Amino acid sequence: MSKRTDSNGYTIIFSIVMVIVVGALLAFFANFTKADRVKNDQVKAQIDILNAIGVEATRSNATEMFNQYIKEQKVIEAEKVSDDEKAYLIDVKKELDNAKNGKVQKLPLFIAEKDGKKIYILPVRGNGLWDAIWGYIALNEDLKTVNGVYFDHKGETPGLGANITEKFFTDDFKGESLYNSAGDFKGIEISKSNGDPNNTDKTDNQVDAISGATITGNGVGAMINSGIRSYLPYFSTLKK
Amino acid sequence: MAENKTQSEPLFSKKNMALLKDPLTDSNPVTVQVLGICSALAITAELKASLIMGLSVIFVLGAGNVVISLMRNIIPSAIRIIAQLVVVAALVIIVDLTLKAYVPDLAKKLSVFVGLIITNCIIMGRFEAFALGNGPWKSFLDGVGNASGYALILLIVGFFRELLGSGKLFGFPILGDAVEKTGLYATGYENNGFMLLAPMALITLGLIIGFQRSRNKSLIETN
Repeated sequence: MSKRTDSNGYTIIFSIVMVIVVGALLAFFANFTKADRVKNDQVKAQIDILNAIGVEATRSNATEMFNQYIKEQKVIEAEKVSDDEKAYLIDVKKELDNAKNGKVQKLPLFIAEKDGKKIYILPVRGNGLWDAIWGYIALNEDLKTVNGVYFDHKGETPGLGANITEKFFTDDFKGESLYNSAGDFKGIEISKSNGDPNNTDKTDNQVDAISGATITGNGVGAMINSGIRSYLPYFSTLKK
Repeated sequence: MAENKTQSEPLFSKKNMALLKDPLTDSNPVTVQVLGICSALAITAELKASLIMGLSVIFVLGAGNVVISLMRNIIPSAIRIIAQLVVVAALVIIVDLTLKAYVPDLAKKLSVFVGLIITNCIIMGRFEAFALGNGPWKSFLDGVGNASGYALILLIVGFFRELLGSGKLFGFPILGDAVEKTGLYATGYENNGFMLLAPMALITLGLIIGFQRSRNKSLIETN
């Protein structure tokens, strides 16, 4: 190493130039790939929504299938309900933050038609053990029983909490009732001790938990309950 | 400052090729130097993830070694580690963005591990030990060689884990259908789910290390 590169002035100037060059390069590259990344996320949202009603779509046919199955997209803002073709792009995380800060939360609702039946799909979001978990809950036309669910997560433990995305877990939710026998909203509890591993009892508001994923499971339960609860005022207007 | 060594020797001289080949076998970064173990355990449950991770590291280490080598005379020694980190971080972000834009499903599967390339000690190790003291071409060969040695081990471990754990290779069923009980499964064979978990990756890696040292006794430490 020569003397020149050891001086303080050189070191400082080198770091400044290095940061500017690398920063500019990365900003340019991020911009360059942005369109593709945004489109990928949008298609993923369509795939996930279809997944909740048990329709398997691929990236190439997602938009087509989405238009085929999803008949209506609504946005609920307090009392106001409007149609919005871009409802699936609503950032649920941002809306939950809005609700926390006392602003009006935009609630997207998707109405699908499958095998001649109307299915209501709504997004939910909550916290698992390590990071965010989210998903879509599809409700049957009676708005009381689950048609299907889709879950995803950012960083739950592989092999344990990460298994909430697996079919063996999500299939248990099908047909589960959200209301107790008295007709009150109960949501769904992820239970460790209901002695019903195959979930044959659809009216107990309980789904069998995954061993070793207690906190993720609790998070899923809490997410479902709080998520659906915010739609209840709108659902009550539908039932009239 | 002046370049002392001129590029008088041919590009693919024996010495240069050794830089590329040695890390594949007798100085393999994973099995001999035992570096980069975390990611070798974490993402090798599937062959496809192993392959992409291997290719990503080959790109990052090959390009990173060249960049560091080109800058070796202007990097102030006081902040050389920081400069190395900036270079590898920038390259990793480029890999991450590319994967997210063009192979999004795979990007999700690799998720945090792409970011963890930054912490892969093979990369900083080669920057510090080789690229800072050698020309760009040699550094490139050294980087690609070492990353290929890493990728090779990833592929071997991934091959056994996916085959024995899921009965598949690159996602294609090899041993028949586990649910329909066809092929090998008709005889009562079961997938070993344990192969999919990290502990079996460590054991597989240990067997590879043991096998290599049984073939080449000079690799065995004497203490």
